[in-house]
Amino acid sequence: MSMPFYVSPEQLMKDRADYARKGIARGRSVVVLAYDGGIAFVAENPSRALHKISEIYDRIAFAAVGKYNEFENLRVAGVRYADLRGYSYDRSDVTARGLANAYAQTLGTVFTQESKPYEVEIVVAEVGATPDLDQIYRLTYDGSVADERGFVAMGGAAQSISTALGEQWRPGLSLGEALTLAVSVLADHPGDGEPRALGPDQLEVAVLDRQRDRRLFRRLTAALVERLLSPSDPTHDVPHDEAHGPGPHDVVGDPPPAPPA
Amino acid sequence: MSAPTDPSGRLPHAYLVPGSASFAEFLSDHAPRLLPSGRALPVGTVPEAPHGTTIVAVEFDGGVVMAGDRRATMGSMIANREIEKVFGADDYSCVGIAGTAGLAIELVKLFQVELEHYEKIEGTLLSLEGKANRLATMIRGNLGLAMQGLAVVPLFAGYDVESAQGRIYSYDVTGGCYTERHHHSVGSGSLFARGAMKKLWHRGLASDQAVRVAVEALYDAADDDSATGGPDLNRRIYPVVGVVDVEGYRRVDDAAMQAVVDTVVAGRRGDPGGADLDGQGVAS
Repeated sequence: MSMPFYVSPEQLMKDRADYARKGIARGRSVVVLAYDGGIAFVAENPSRALHKISEIYDRIAFAAVGKYNEFENLRVAGVRYADLRGYSYDRSDVTARGLANAYAQTLGTVFTQESKPYEVEIVVAEVGATPDLDQIYRLTYDGSVADERGFVAMGGAAQSISTALGEQWRPGLSLGEALTLAVSVLADHPGDGEPRALGPDQLEVAVLDRQRDRRLFRRLTAALVERLLSPSDPTHDVPHDEAHGPGPHDVVGDPPPAPPA
Repeated sequence: MSAPTDPSGRLPHAYLVPGSASFAEFLSDHAPRLLPSGRALPVGTVPEAPHGTTIVAVEFDGGVVMAGDRRATMGSMIANREIEKVFGADDYSCVGIAGTAGLAIELVKLFQVELEHYEKIEGTLLSLEGKANRLATMIRGNLGLAMQGLAVVPLFAGYDVESAQGRIYSYDVTGGCYTERHHHSVGSGSLFARGAMKKLWHRGLASDQAVRVAVEALYDAADDDSATGGPDLNRRIYPVVGVVDVEGYRRVDDAAMQAVVDTVVAGRRGDPGGADLDGQGVAS
């Protein structure tokens, strides 16, 4: 029987971290940033069906980069965690901090104990009653948690996007301004290759809108994103009236389609 | 009554298992004690518990109205005079409950989470038929309790996005689910409410007319059934009325209900059996 080679713990952890980082760096970036009326999530994602941004609970949303199957797994776990907690206690007892802790423990355990770490980076954000009470947690593949103020970038070009956001983001941006900023930094820092233009069709955009009741998460349609990004259009926030045509509850922006005859 | 957690604080394995989009199925695997059907009943007779009574549902052009009285009874005593028995289940449906109040409200809470959970996991709405069948499964799971006298009988109604109309589903204690046409009622006063609706309902009702029909039917139920509460004008306790149409579910607010109830009560002064819907009086 041959003896296994000795690998120092430092080397083992470094190898795993490098492996996870490489996986994450391959993906397109996601930006999460606070605006005056809530928290906006902007992902470069041409797919309409495979989401990188999702609702977890009333005031809590989830954004992720990396391997789809792994973060989808975590997202479903988060929804189960939140719904079970809300069901056995009360809706107001479901918090982003609790969920971020559970995710951190999970990612940390997987990183040290399983044969392969999760190649994901996630953000759990909770919108508060006022901008001061907003919480944005960023979790990395090894289970570290960071409590971020104002904005976060994840994915291949996270470093350069964070630097650019740090220079340009300020509290109290309108949604239109925040989206314009997010789209311009995503377009300027593709991670690989040259800066390019990003249209609404290549973006997945959602908000946690402080001014609604109960479930605050809304996806924005491409048409609404286009209006928000256009400097000549007066639209600068999501419409707040709850009345909408038939369809999923969490989408805003389209005029109600005509009912079938 | 909390769910098992992992001592390390990480999400328990069951959370990370890919699988069903059903919250009730997740609970039955992971925390069955949180389900009404997951708790064994001790031997012996069940002590008296509050019962909810009459629920009515009325279809109108492009939607459906559901209304419930506000009384819960325990034997001959009024256990609660402002209980709410009609709930929005999700954006496009509502559920009303008759039977053992504690279990029924637990079931409604579970049903609401079930629909929201599916919506979040799958990223799409369940069809109306799908929601009605989920509720049937939950009632079926409750059969053991029903045999001990703890029956729950819901009435489910919603707006069918596909066909752009309201639909009503009724249930029996074994989980049977039936589509009802035009109007239906469950609970101890349902006999009288059904009779009233049969005479008052007609095609082409508008939503406010349907609300009126529902309140008239509840009035008739309360008139003849001691377990159904009539509108309480002194305390300003009015029936809970929900409307579901293309705009989604909304509850009729108290100010609007007061106007409806005042009209109904005034219309029956000196003529307690009459329902003067068009304000013209019944031709004689």
